[in-house]
Amino acid sequence: MTTLTPAPPKRRPGSESLIPGTRSRTFWVYLIPGLALLTLVIIVPLVWNVYLTFTSYRGIRPPEWIGLENWEKLAGDATFWTSFANSIAMILAMVVVPTLLGLVLAAVLFDLVGRKFGGKLASFFRATYYLPQILPAVIAAIVIGWILRPQDGALNTILESVGLGGLAHNWLGSPDTALVSLMVILVWVQIGYPVVIFMAALQRVDPELYEAAELDGANWFQRFQAITVSIIRPEIFVVVLTGTIAALKVFGPVYTLTRGGPGDSTIVPAYYAYSEFFQSQQVGYGATIATALTIVIAIVSVVFIIVQRRLEKQEEAR
Amino acid sequence: MTTSTLDTTAIVTGTEPGSRAARKKRPVSRRPGAKKTAGDWVVLGFAILIGLLIAAPILLILLNSFKSPSDYASNGPLSVPQSLYTDGIVAFWERVDFPVKLWNSIFISGVVALGAVAISVLNAFALGIGRVKGRTWIVVLILLANMLPQEVLLYPLYFMFKEVGLYDNTWSVIIIFIVIQSAFGTYLLASVYGTFPKEVLEAAALDGAGKWRILTSVVFPISRPTLSVLLIFFFIWTWNEFLIPLTFLVSNANQTVPVAIASLQGDRLMDVTTTSASALLGLIPTLVFFLIFQRTLTRGITAGAVK
Repeated sequence: MTTLTPAPPKRRPGSESLIPGTRSRTFWVYLIPGLALLTLVIIVPLVWNVYLTFTSYRGIRPPEWIGLENWEKLAGDATFWTSFANSIAMILAMVVVPTLLGLVLAAVLFDLVGRKFGGKLASFFRATYYLPQILPAVIAAIVIGWILRPQDGALNTILESVGLGGLAHNWLGSPDTALVSLMVILVWVQIGYPVVIFMAALQRVDPELYEAAELDGANWFQRFQAITVSIIRPEIFVVVLTGTIAALKVFGPVYTLTRGGPGDSTIVPAYYAYSEFFQSQQVGYGATIATALTIVIAIVSVVFIIVQRRLEKQEEAR
Repeated sequence: MTTSTLDTTAIVTGTEPGSRAARKKRPVSRRPGAKKTAGDWVVLGFAILIGLLIAAPILLILLNSFKSPSDYASNGPLSVPQSLYTDGIVAFWERVDFPVKLWNSIFISGVVALGAVAISVLNAFALGIGRVKGRTWIVVLILLANMLPQEVLLYPLYFMFKEVGLYDNTWSVIIIFIVIQSAFGTYLLASVYGTFPKEVLEAAALDGAGKWRILTSVVFPISRPTLSVLLIFFFIWTWNEFLIPLTFLVSNANQTVPVAIASLQGDRLMDVTTTSASALLGLIPTLVFFLIFQRTLTRGITAGAVK
């Protein structure tokens, strides 16, 4: 297969590998283990799961074909729609707030702290901001859940000791504050992610650009808008897309802290599917919820990528 | 996939301090000590405040894990422990049989990291260097593994693993996560290998090396810095996973650290400081990785940059 004198390069695109003298299709053998495992663990279960959405199945007797009944039930299920409304709250907490705050923090650390107080200090801040990101999501949830404990939690105890006992609250246990508390936890968990990615992206920026802009009299905000945001736009896309997918899939913190309650106030699609699977034993219906979530994630990803392509083309046209 | 190369590189190089910067020489003007205005100090104060807010919950856990419940009740969460009380930690440690859980997590995450890197390398070799036909679509198909909500896999996988006797066995979780983590690895490495220096490959082919030899003695060593970054990422991501270990590892002896800690929350026997101690035990391993991780990553990336 390897010759001492490489064959003259053929001009057929796609058939030639980067190694001279070897054909692309002889590389298929390297894909066999990966694709075999993928089929077994992802593709077969995915198709099977779609099949389950057309059945009534309680986990014991074999699935019974019921056509579109599960999907009809889903369309009229108030809990399902609540769970998706809560997903929007999760996106707000895991994408919108961290991205905006992350942009400001990354710019502050890079443009100001790094420049005037030293890169070591900026790195230290970045590591601190990133800390919650490395914790397992459930451990992060337990940490904050501990602080928010209703009777003897740190937050309520502190409020009482400074004479604000009237504000003490069962943060995660009452319907009016449970969702907001969960959102605060997720902001805390997520904030380090955009900061780190944006700071890495800012390494591409030529510092002289900032200095030139500064000399031209551009203030901090103008520099932020014209240089920072426009240069790191690809990273903003990545953070928003991956964050949105993560927000739609969020499960661990809900499971550990509220189990979707009180009532349905913090239920999310992933947790709803889980509880249908393992608490109500409505496997067919749980599969339907999970499949609906998959479809939403697929649509969101495709829309994002199309928008990104469009914007890039506009950029090139300019 | 042209733009994605850049993005994912940013992700992988993102978590280590100043690696890309090391490649470029820092211009002199970025040295600290430029004139500081009052506004600069205000902004610095703001950065410190945010840092304190983010670190506060972790510091609170640290402070209160070493208090007795009565110390907590009388002096509140902000006081320094009156005496070093370790009963909470010891009680929780014994209750969850922590060393077993720790070993389970290390074993699962370690095998997954190695397996997923191996699969990523094989896939990426065929896609990036072999340039097989339809590679874009193959990458999209593989990425499915990463994008799907894991709930869609639960029931079918439950039956499949039950059928082959791997249910409630750490290997079930290992196999699943090798596939899920290698999806990201393939995506990233395929674009890295797509820009592999052609002269190096040509020279190796001229020397008579076959594909497998080129992979093991040229491509693998040259891309080792990237692979070590992936290895660390896969380890930590797997360590942090929750849903699949929760459903597939039901018996106590097989549970991972996060699952074991989460399943005891809300238990009646967990008093306030024991709960804090349980959170601390969940924090410590990841904090340790964080410290090791930072150094390894910096070394890995700079080694790659020097080349």
